[in-house]
Amino acid sequence: MTTEIIEPPPRTEDTFVELEKVSVKFGKGESQFIALDETDLRIEKGDFVALVGPSGCGKSTILKLVAGLLKSTNGYVYVAGREVGAAEVRVGMAFQNPTMLPWLTVRDNVMMPLKIVPPFRQEYRSKKNNEFRDRADALLKEVGLSGFGDKHPWQLSGGMLQRASLCRALIHEPQLLMLDEPFGALDQFTREELWAIMQELWMKLKPTVVLVTHDLKEAGYLATRICVMATRPGRIVDDAAVPFPRPRNIEMSYLPEFVSMTQRLRQLIVSARPVKETVQ
Amino acid sequence: MNAQWRRRLWSTMFIIGFFVLWEVLCWVFHVSDIVVPKPSQVIVTLIQRAPALWPHTLQTLYTTMVGFAFGIVIGIALGVLIGSSRLAYDVAYPLLVGFASIPKVAVVPIFVLWFGAGTVPAVLTAMIMCIFPIVVNVATGLATTEPELEDVMRALRATKTDILWNVGLPRTMPFFFASLKVSVTLAFVGTVISETVASNRGIGNVMMIASSNFDVPLVFAGLMILAFLGVALYAVFSFIEGRITGWAHRKDEFAMG
Ligand SMILES: Nc1ncnc2c1ncn2[C@@H]1O[C@H](COP(=O)(O)OP(=O)(O)OP(=O)(O)O)[C@@H](O)[C@H]1O
Ligand SMILES: [Mg+2]
Repeated sequence: MTTEIIEPPPRTEDTFVELEKVSVKFGKGESQFIALDETDLRIEKGDFVALVGPSGCGKSTILKLVAGLLKSTNGYVYVAGREVGAAEVRVGMAFQNPTMLPWLTVRDNVMMPLKIVPPFRQEYRSKKNNEFRDRADALLKEVGLSGFGDKHPWQLSGGMLQRASLCRALIHEPQLLMLDEPFGALDQFTREELWAIMQELWMKLKPTVVLVTHDLKEAGYLATRICVMATRPGRIVDDAAVPFPRPRNIEMSYLPEFVSMTQRLRQLIVSARPVKETVQ
Repeated sequence: MNAQWRRRLWSTMFIIGFFVLWEVLCWVFHVSDIVVPKPSQVIVTLIQRAPALWPHTLQTLYTTMVGFAFGIVIGIALGVLIGSSRLAYDVAYPLLVGFASIPKVAVVPIFVLWFGAGTVPAVLTAMIMCIFPIVVNVATGLATTEPELEDVMRALRATKTDILWNVGLPRTMPFFFASLKVSVTLAFVGTVISETVASNRGIGNVMMIASSNFDVPLVFAGLMILAFLGVALYAVFSFIEGRITGWAHRKDEFAMG
């Protein structure tokens, strides 16, 4: 079954992230691999977009492109109207692996972006023991980690580290938040709790979020828009708004409309999987 | 705590036992002083000759520490360069390995030729002896920084220097201290080699003269001093290591402090 490549919504004043015929190719010649093929994507300011799709379809690749960690082979990536990296856009990032620095306390880990990103960077020395510190503690409290700021990462559980990692991604009030399966390694209950926290923080701070996930319920709970990707070559095959009102809760995910939405997404992803080819 | 004391007790007893066994074997087999002196005799020599040995001990310690300090500075600089630049790695690594393979005794005469006999060649020999482990460890520590960690920093638009200071170097500290413990003992070897060949001061020189006079207890006294200095410095760096890189062992004391 072939799926049509869909048109992105038109460019508007609010367009914050824009991918224009972006291709990413790895390797050269015979072994060249197209991770992303002439992909168009527009994301409005303050939007919450979930990227779903089969493994290896290029979700993380899109995230890295937008975060400016990876250069596209062809096409352009614009953030805030300028080519990625050119504009002064604050970016926050969290991965499946919490990647805390073991020699720092949890609080110092959370404060790391303030040490790096302007304009906080210039004030870091004078404010790290008062204003910034309080800010980190307030954020830690919101994710349920109050009192853990002085601990070291190895003294926290995986779920707690992931909460801290979210704090680190948010402390510098990023305009752009990149989340690569941040809840992927957590148990169901922690995950659902963090969805609620994430939604709350997003509604408060209104960053533009791109969330990569394998969990369709998670995508439906959090996102305002869900993009489905297909693989070989990587491309976006479906792009639909999530109509449910905010704040959403876990009960909503049992509504028939919600279930039928996730079923539709599931169908799309299954059919977007590569046809099993025999590799010689 | 109890287990720790027991471990200490065992290790102390074992060390004392070693010397007692040495003493006993010397008695039983009537080993001549010219071949292997008894530990008791070495200790007596140490005490009797202390006033004469003391300035030489200081000289050796001083030379070693200066060489070691230079070695640390140059070692870190080279390690950072090699660990963070592909080109530097390709160019400098073969050179460095080649250099490390040269027996350092062979280099001493060249230093003497350049700087004359005395302290300078000893400092330089100590320095080149301890550079290699430091460079290799610092470079390895930097080169093995997790890519995800770097991604987090790069997404924040951190400069290379930011990443080096905040991630690379702290991460490298356990590697660095491991290399310091090896290097400090190597620095002693370097100093003593140079003192033996070309100096009129230092423990190496004392041992050289003592052995040509067949004063074997004095030679062993020199060895004792060197061993003691080596152990003492090793202990110092182990202690500093524990304080600074406790996180690598997930020490709770580190977490508290
Ligand atoms: N550095 C690289 N060199 C070569 N190929 C790469 C590289 N990075 C990614 N790829 C390839 O690009 C494709 C897309 O990778 P990407 O990490 O974006 O997948 P993904 O959608 O995030 O998958 P997953 O859901 O498993 O995380 C994969 O097939 C992968 O093999
Ligand atoms: Mg991925």
